[in-house]
Amino acid sequence: MSASPDAVLLDERSDAEREVKIEVRDLSFYYGSTLALKGINLKLLDRSITAFIGPSGCGKSTLLRVLNRMYSLYGGQRATGEVLLDGENILDPSVDVASLRFRVGMVFQKPTPFPMSVFDNVAFGLRLSQRMPRRALAERVEAALRDAALWEEVKDKLGHDGRSLSGGQQQRLCIARTIAVRPEVVLFDEPTAALDPISTLRIEETLQSLRERFCIGIVTHNLQQAARVSNVTAFMYLGELIEAGPTEQMFTAPRDRRTDDYVTGRFG
Amino acid sequence: MRRRTIRRLKNVAALGLSAAATLIGLAFLGAILWTLFAEGLSGFSVSLFTQMTPPPGSSGGGLLNAIYGSVILTLLGISMGAPVGVLAGTYLAEYGRSSRLSTAVRFINDVLLSAPSIIIGLFAYELVVAPMGHFSAISGALALAIIAMPVIVRTTEDMLTLVPQGMKDASTALGAYPWRTIVSVAYPAARSGMVTGLLLAVARISGESAPLLFTALNNQFWSTNLREPIANLPVVIFTFALSPYQNWQQLAWSAALLITLTILVLSIIARIAVSRLSPGGRRG
Repeated sequence: MSASPDAVLLDERSDAEREVKIEVRDLSFYYGSTLALKGINLKLLDRSITAFIGPSGCGKSTLLRVLNRMYSLYGGQRATGEVLLDGENILDPSVDVASLRFRVGMVFQKPTPFPMSVFDNVAFGLRLSQRMPRRALAERVEAALRDAALWEEVKDKLGHDGRSLSGGQQQRLCIARTIAVRPEVVLFDEPTAALDPISTLRIEETLQSLRERFCIGIVTHNLQQAARVSNVTAFMYLGELIEAGPTEQMFTAPRDRRTDDYVTGRFG
Repeated sequence: MRRRTIRRLKNVAALGLSAAATLIGLAFLGAILWTLFAEGLSGFSVSLFTQMTPPPGSSGGGLLNAIYGSVILTLLGISMGAPVGVLAGTYLAEYGRSSRLSTAVRFINDVLLSAPSIIIGLFAYELVVAPMGHFSAISGALALAIIAMPVIVRTTEDMLTLVPQGMKDASTALGAYPWRTIVSVAYPAARSGMVTGLLLAVARISGESAPLLFTALNNQFWSTNLREPIANLPVVIFTFALSPYQNWQQLAWSAALLITLTILVLSIIARIAVSRLSPGGRRG
């Protein structure tokens, strides 16, 4: 680990049994000539949930979009530094972005069911990544829907258009779709911002049940949500990672004054 | 109080003027439709759909060859224009959204969209008719394809742009390359609008006469040879309406009504298609 002032080492003792899945090293990001991320250093642990908090425009969504190279969709955006997924730098131009995205899935703020049946929605990524017999495909779809806590509600309407589900169901459909391909990392970009409280609760329960199997990153504006679901919290401000640590410590005894001000609601 | 009265009067005047303008437009439309039905409907009979266009001076006759020719020309035109139009629209909306090439193509497409159809007819004449040495169905279809293309380019681009970026991003995030996202996600989401655009293009070219005068021309007889001139409703209307023969004039009226009804039916189908397949619509 470099000794830059922003370097944040997590409390390795409490997470000793969890491996580092993603390591971000001195990552900077530019929208055109605007510097949006300033030398980020961070480790995301396997089988744990890392929450990214901070005021609007602090760069947390940008950071998330670097982790699966979503930014390379748009011109004029550039990342420097390294993002190591199991030790391999995914920012390297030779990395195949499609294969990367099979390993690093993403769920967005707005539910985005595709214009096709519930079944086909969940099977979409599976069909892209591998050929499999119909039986196996059906089993994987069912397993993913069960993991997303949606199976009981949709098992009788797998042929219905995905857009006919309610907002909360649509979001769980999107989660099922993402985990169906069995990624190693799942990124959530404000997954409950467009949902009502009941749906939010169900998504959070789903997140908890997924924690033991994936490395999860979640961007949220909802501090209580970060406190409820995450093991590790990272606070970002104006493109910088101010501090990251075990969630409980971040909310009770943060080291940085700005973190304290933010989590106690003095700004944001 | 007086200011209030003046403002109210202004409002009444504006309302009155816009209502009057609407009524004038509708009155002309009504008059056209009324005349069309009154004159054309009396010519509707079985023979209209079973007999060929009559030679000058004979009685009776029908429109079979012209109906067939129009259907062939329209189908050929749309099947040449649609693939090019859809792919170009896809490029503009998905691949080269703000590239310099896109800006140029978009501008040229807008010019083409409003180009007088007679000029497109002359273009097809120079391109196909002059080298071949005679008029032909295929040259007419080409002219119609060039007229249909910009309509389809425009609607395809507009409809694909309306598909939420988040939906396309979600597909990308699942590891789909752009073409897969376009075919499996964007096209289905934009389907109703794209179908409407296609039907609009069909409606547009099925009534075109000017470009066909230089290309497909006309044919008094049954012809299925695409290298020969072919009969078609718009040119039959043009020729027969100006003729001195009463039965020709009657056939021109019937042909005009037939085209109008076809376009009406197509528009209704397009409307139904929109409401059935609307993006984000709830089915199921």
